[in-house]
Amino acid sequence: MAGYPPELKRLIKKVEETRPARVERKKRGEEFPMLSLREREERLKFHPDYKGESRREIRVGPNKGYAIPHEIVDLLEARSRVDPDQIDLSAINHETDVLIIGGGGAGTAAALFAQERGAKVIIATKLRHGDANTMMAEGGIQGATKRSKDSPYFHYLDVMGGGHFKNTPELAYTLVIEAPKVIAWLESMGMMFDKSRDGTMLTLHGGGTCRQRMHYAADITGAEIMRTLRDEARNRIEDIRVFEFSAAVELILNEHGHCAGAVFYNMETEEYFSVKAKAVIVATGGSGRLHYQGYMTTNHYGATADGLVIGYRAGVRLCFLHTYQYHPTGVVYPEQAEGLLITEKFRGAGANVLNVDGEQFVNEREPRDVESASVIRECTTVGKGVSTPTGKVGVWLDSPMIDVLRGEGTAQREFPGKHILFRRYEIDISKEPILVYPTLHYQNGGLEFTPKCETVIPGLFIAGEVTGGIHGENRLMGNSLLDVCVFGRIAGESGAVYAKERAKEGRLTLEHVKKYHRELEEAGIVTDRVAPMLLPDYSNPEVRERQLTAHYVGTIR
Amino acid sequence: MGKRTRKDFPTKEEGRGNGEIPKVPVFIMGKRYEVPASLTIQKAFEYAGYQLIRGCGCRGGICGACGTVYRFPDSHKIEVGLACQTVVRPNMYLTMIPFFPANRAIYDLEEIRPDLESMIKLYPDVMRCVQCNTCTKSCPMDIEVMDYMAAAMRGDLTKVAKLSFDCVMCGLCASRCPTEIAQYHIAILARRLYGKYILPKSEHTDAMVKRIEEGRYDSMLNNLMKADEDKLKRLYNEREIEPEGAGEDWKPKDSQYL
Repeated sequence: MAGYPPELKRLIKKVEETRPARVERKKRGEEFPMLSLREREERLKFHPDYKGESRREIRVGPNKGYAIPHEIVDLLEARSRVDPDQIDLSAINHETDVLIIGGGGAGTAAALFAQERGAKVIIATKLRHGDANTMMAEGGIQGATKRSKDSPYFHYLDVMGGGHFKNTPELAYTLVIEAPKVIAWLESMGMMFDKSRDGTMLTLHGGGTCRQRMHYAADITGAEIMRTLRDEARNRIEDIRVFEFSAAVELILNEHGHCAGAVFYNMETEEYFSVKAKAVIVATGGSGRLHYQGYMTTNHYGATADGLVIGYRAGVRLCFLHTYQYHPTGVVYPEQAEGLLITEKFRGAGANVLNVDGEQFVNEREPRDVESASVIRECTTVGKGVSTPTGKVGVWLDSPMIDVLRGEGTAQREFPGKHILFRRYEIDISKEPILVYPTLHYQNGGLEFTPKCETVIPGLFIAGEVTGGIHGENRLMGNSLLDVCVFGRIAGESGAVYAKERAKEGRLTLEHVKKYHRELEEAGIVTDRVAPMLLPDYSNPEVRERQLTAHYVGTIR
Repeated sequence: MGKRTRKDFPTKEEGRGNGEIPKVPVFIMGKRYEVPASLTIQKAFEYAGYQLIRGCGCRGGICGACGTVYRFPDSHKIEVGLACQTVVRPNMYLTMIPFFPANRAIYDLEEIRPDLESMIKLYPDVMRCVQCNTCTKSCPMDIEVMDYMAAAMRGDLTKVAKLSFDCVMCGLCASRCPTEIAQYHIAILARRLYGKYILPKSEHTDAMVKRIEEGRYDSMLNNLMKADEDKLKRLYNEREIEPEGAGEDWKPKDSQYL
């Protein structure tokens, strides 16, 4: 590896030529004009969500007729990984008060809150504890903590505007009113927020914010939150057991129609086992690894929509899944880093987004969907994208502006993770811009729920990216780390209280799975597809052709 | 246009097979495979035919699932990297170390103090460190592990916290330590103590929490929740935007919703 190839280096010269004037304008407070709400609507026609052929109607289940991406419909119109009649529910392997499916930010926050309310907890997760999108979130966590200039009122307006005013108001309310409590909670657990000497937390703008309220821990805010939550859960090992490499494949209901556990697949020994619980929390995260429309993704290896599938089969409705968030700035070059997230904080810190001529074509702080649509438009209709040697296209993120605006060494200090990464490819991001293109980032929608994290199924609670409604049709930066903490905590509390006060013993059943299978047949859906997916298939197809005796169930050998 | 195949390694069109990306031999756990030279170690495993379950997490260099050690036939040196971040080189002999046993102390952060005594009580092993620097050489994140261990032995938790901040807890340091210390567990203890007790507390957050608990924002938020879309849009468009980079002393013109 030797940095950018000559053809890209030549194009970088154009960026360097226009930089001084752009820096001067920025210093004078002159910004590239923001789009009006009407102009935004026009621009959004270039967003991948608006391509009609990318969606189709689901033919079964509570949302029959709802058009969502093919990749999700394929999973919903699929059979269980296992024949429900083969599962012996009289032989339960583990019992607990609260069972949490998913070991990311929401699941772990839920575990802490449930444990504090006296519950015995099992976290089951299909990879390691902490292997989740939370770990990868970089930019920060929003919260109106500064009373001299901000309040939950303004945070609420930003959330709603970002979500095209379609958000469920009660969920948006809960998000913003709980935010300062979550920031204080994380601080009390020893999270290393960036602060000034007097303890004031440093805050920045994100796309679509009217006040600087993005709190952060360098450029690894999510990792810092995740390792803090996980460390705290490990201190409570007496009450919080963690089953790693255990993937949920079905929820278990009881004869009253309440959720009462789940069936798991041991990813290593390939055996199935059951956990019985008084309350179940699904916190399985998102779905970027479905590679909607063939796009690359910033998501974690396990982001395959498992919770949507098992929740939907059990009868929980879906919402807002017709939109998906494309992060405007995923790495396009070098190829090894493709899809990796370049946090919005780069743009918050002043880096312009530029076309092949080194010219601005969009303000760098538009909401993510508008920013993404603008980049796609520039690279397609306008035709001013930057082509890479491997046939990809992108636009420049002018990271060197950060040092020019904020002093030498700022980019390295504030973005140590990305600085190290690119240094390995012999690219110094404080001297050379980064080539970026939109990348699958966040599942805006999900399963329907209430501000108490309840679903229509008693005993089943949900939190985190698997849910829908909080962010409407588009989430703002810094509101997902917030979301997993806010609703993770609430789910833990609701689950623990339910387990203690309302859970009702009853015969366990997987009848809902059989019923779902019957519905598939009645809809004429004959398929050998199975779901949940559990892991994407990245094995080599040429090798696979030669695996003459291998048996695959879905993507898993 | 930004699209790619579902497979995370180069397709035929992108070069594999037509000679654009040359192949190099790598030795996965000693066994020879030829893989495109542009791949990361992680993608090389997949290209070779592995379906990863262990040793794969974020695929983005932050989760610590894929700590990898390798060396070359002509070198005595053991090198390290994260499999998802390290590009293959010819004749690498490599293995991932997706798990390495390391004991972790149990503690109640509310009950301990940010000092050397807490550190030694929870991790008496700290004092076994012989400052051999193997840990630093084993760190795929280029952290000065030995230096933070020296700071830990002095009870300088601030330094431990700052030096170890980029730690992904992959455990390679612990796997190589001749005195069998689990450095990364010591580091997170120090970071949490630093974050909780040594960094000054943010008074403004507590003050805001108090205001919320007093119900200061209830009625204004209730009004917003009841507002129709047109009204919300108007209020949204009228928001005063804090200038980028404004200092803590910036005040909005309209303070009625603060």
